[in-house]
Amino acid sequence: MPLPEATFHILMAVAEDDRHGYAIIQEVATRTDGMLKLSPGTLYRSIQRMLEQGLIQETAERPAPELDDERRRYYRITSFGRAVAKAEARRLAQLVKLARASGFAPGRA
Amino acid sequence: MYRLLLLLYPSSFRAEYGEEMCRDFARKRRQASGFFALAVLWAAAIGDAIRNGLAAHWDLLWQDVRYASRKIRRAPGFAATVVLVAALGIGATTAVFTVADYVLARPLPYLHAERLVRMWGARPGYSQLELSPPNYLDWRAAATSFEAMAAYSPWSTSMVGKGDPIQVEGANVAADLLPMLGIAPAMGRGFTAYDERSGAPGVVMLGYGLWESRFGGRMDAIGEKILLDGDPHTIIGVMPPEFSFPQRRAQLWRPLRFAPADLADRRNIYLSAIARRKPGVSLEQAREEMRVITARLATQYPKENGALSATVANLRDQVLVQSRTLVMALLGASVCVLLIACTNLANLLLARALSRQKELAVRASLGAGRERLVRQLLTESLLLAGLGGALGIAGANAFVPLLVTLVPTSLPMANPSIDGRVLLFAVAITVATGLAFGVLPALRACRDGASGLREGSRSGVGGRKEPLRSALVVAEVSLSVALLITSGLLIRALWRLHAIDPGFQQAGVLTLRTALPAPKYENVVPREAFYQRVLSGVRALPGVQSAGFTSFLPIVVRGGVWAVDVTGQHQEPSENHTASLRFITPGYFPAMGIPLKQGRGVEESDDTTAPPVAVVSESFAQRYWPGQNAIGRSFQIAFGTRTIVGVAGNVRVRGLEASSEPQVYLSSRQMRDRFIVWYAPKDLAVRSTAHPTSLTAAIRAIIHDADPQQPISDVQTLTEIVESNTASRRVQARVLGAFAAIAFLLAAVGIHGLLSFSVSQRTQEIGVRMALGAKSGQILSLILGESSRLAIAGVMLGAGLGYGAGRAMQSLLAGLDPGDSATFATAMALAVTMTLAGSLIPTARAVRVDPAVAVRAE
Repeated sequence: MPLPEATFHILMAVAEDDRHGYAIIQEVATRTDGMLKLSPGTLYRSIQRMLEQGLIQETAERPAPELDDERRRYYRITSFGRAVAKAEARRLAQLVKLARASGFAPGRA
Repeated sequence: MYRLLLLLYPSSFRAEYGEEMCRDFARKRRQASGFFALAVLWAAAIGDAIRNGLAAHWDLLWQDVRYASRKIRRAPGFAATVVLVAALGIGATTAVFTVADYVLARPLPYLHAERLVRMWGARPGYSQLELSPPNYLDWRAAATSFEAMAAYSPWSTSMVGKGDPIQVEGANVAADLLPMLGIAPAMGRGFTAYDERSGAPGVVMLGYGLWESRFGGRMDAIGEKILLDGDPHTIIGVMPPEFSFPQRRAQLWRPLRFAPADLADRRNIYLSAIARRKPGVSLEQAREEMRVITARLATQYPKENGALSATVANLRDQVLVQSRTLVMALLGASVCVLLIACTNLANLLLARALSRQKELAVRASLGAGRERLVRQLLTESLLLAGLGGALGIAGANAFVPLLVTLVPTSLPMANPSIDGRVLLFAVAITVATGLAFGVLPALRACRDGASGLREGSRSGVGGRKEPLRSALVVAEVSLSVALLITSGLLIRALWRLHAIDPGFQQAGVLTLRTALPAPKYENVVPREAFYQRVLSGVRALPGVQSAGFTSFLPIVVRGGVWAVDVTGQHQEPSENHTASLRFITPGYFPAMGIPLKQGRGVEESDDTTAPPVAVVSESFAQRYWPGQNAIGRSFQIAFGTRTIVGVAGNVRVRGLEASSEPQVYLSSRQMRDRFIVWYAPKDLAVRSTAHPTSLTAAIRAIIHDADPQQPISDVQTLTEIVESNTASRRVQARVLGAFAAIAFLLAAVGIHGLLSFSVSQRTQEIGVRMALGAKSGQILSLILGESSRLAIAGVMLGAGLGYGAGRAMQSLLAGLDPGDSATFATAMALAVTMTLAGSLIPTARAVRVDPAVAVRAE
């Protein structure tokens, strides 16, 4: 804590569905309206570290065969990863609240 | 194409994610259309690979370092051993390299140093003689090969300023010497041609250290007047701190001046000369020109210059062959220690890698790649080497000053310390060391990695032979034997020198020097009055047996040589007809313990009213009147005819290792006023039954009573003088001996390690053998057989190496045969003993193996 930006985005990208690397990049880009485009190096380096830290895991289950690309590895968030992501979201929310109290934030427009 | 970029990533990362990254990239490239989009894509990919590739490497490194430090913390004893052994090797090599850099590699800190040459006179049998003033001036005027030529002569003086009088070393230098070397004073002015004229006011330049210590580093010290040997001199400048010339202790320089008497005598040699070749003039051309010039002078002055030629040598090469050899020997020794340290470490880590085989095998089967394991093991060994290196560099820093005492003081080497290049060297050898002792175990671990899990616990049936580790041990033994032999040779050479009779009895003699400054003491009468008061006072002290003054003590001053003429004897110009000349007072011979072989010594009655007498050494009598009685014969020396009244034993004036000119002793009372005052006796020798140094205070008081302004210096025992003559050898022997001892110890540890390991590997085998009826004697011979095979191979190789090294350093051995059998026998016996001692514990363990337990472990 605080989580690196890329890590948080990856956690959000795999929160609902298991995804493979390229899908994560696309998902992140969609969610941020193209503001954040993860480079492959950053992505896989983050994935490697997150695997070690136990935030995500590789899945043995495969999605429906017609969608499956066999040669790809899919990643899924772990319960620890979920907890970490929640804690991070809480921390950020807290921060925004403080910022709003100081008159920095746009408020509930 | 993109795969090439992926090479920037660690290979484990590449293996894991490379495929997917390639596929992602391919998809993006298909989407990109047009040249511009492609270029942007590529640029982004390249930037990404560089940034994240490095970061991934860093991640791994960090992970490995954490893993390694965890390992180190878990086995601190092992880590400490490795670090210490590495520190020994790296420290020794770094310290020696620091000194070697100065002695062998660095250019001299002078202007165009590569063209500077040293000029000597040469006669048959003597290639490096000092020059006489007229010959030096003739050479300088005639030679066209040189831009400049300048002379100097060493000088030692008593300085009276504020505080006690002190003795300071320095040099008389020609005015153009310092500009020729390219050294400007740090403050004040240098010497000019005017300062060189005989009779000009006295001027002097201070060394930086002297200026700070005696003049408080004050700017206004320049212009101050000080008394040097009683003469007033004005301080005109201060030299820069790193300047030391002609030797490291020199702190005072004054202009070289020639009195008319100096210019008259071509045989009065005391000048050293340096010249700089013109650009484009080779050393050989300069030599050729000097041959022509000296040949012409020889025909012009056949009597004095008959056989005189010139020696021209690069100043850089003037580092004595001996010290060059010594530094090479030290480098060799330190490299040996480093190699032994490395082999030992490799052995230690190999043993540990084997014991960690299971762990590594588990990790490998869990998917850790081979590269990943090697990388991690290397990180660990580099980390250990790094710690060792840091420790070693710190140790080297403390060790360098000791090594510097081995190097002749004539080498300009202000403050050799560990600087950038040495540090670079140290880092390089640290990395090399880490790789050297890390690579083998790492590769081995990989090779065995897969098989590690397969069988139960027994690695290799019947005790696998360890050819690699055995080779390492043989290498260790042979290197340490070579070191033992070379240091043994040096120690033997030292003993040999100690056995040489210097020609006097050194025990129980105190010596000191008084200054007797001119003009107060330039005449004989005040000098004799001074001697009389001091000697009668000293002789009355309890325990004192005899006391006497001499011009110069042997070994302390080695020169003081004068030409000899014997009436009626023809002198071949090729022969050297000089003798070491000393004026002495009565009592000098018994005080020094120099035996009188014939006739009498110098007596009180030998004064100006009596006929001039001389006592000569046996070698002198032998040279001119072989087989005859020399008493009553006369010869000419120091502008007078002397009659021999006594023959004394030979003294090694030039030290234990060199041959000395024959000696001539004259009576101090028969000197002439204001004439060769330099030779006036100043050195006092006192023989007593009491401990010599217990007399120092009483003798100081007596001299103070005789003349309160008389500085006293160089208080030392005769034994100290003789020992200072062999001091550098003792340090040599000690340093090499230390290297040998370290190597020896490391090798013993290595052998012990190997055998304990092999015994523990063969426990089952031994158990089975015992169960099948093998006697413990057979087990004993099994294990000892292995260790003695290693020992014999190592000792044989080492003896060969040692002989080679001994031959290479023959110039350090004072005539000792490099194949000295006693040294070889001792070294080899020591090595065999060490091997056996190292195998003692493992052998005992092997014999105690309980067959039941060992076999049950199956």
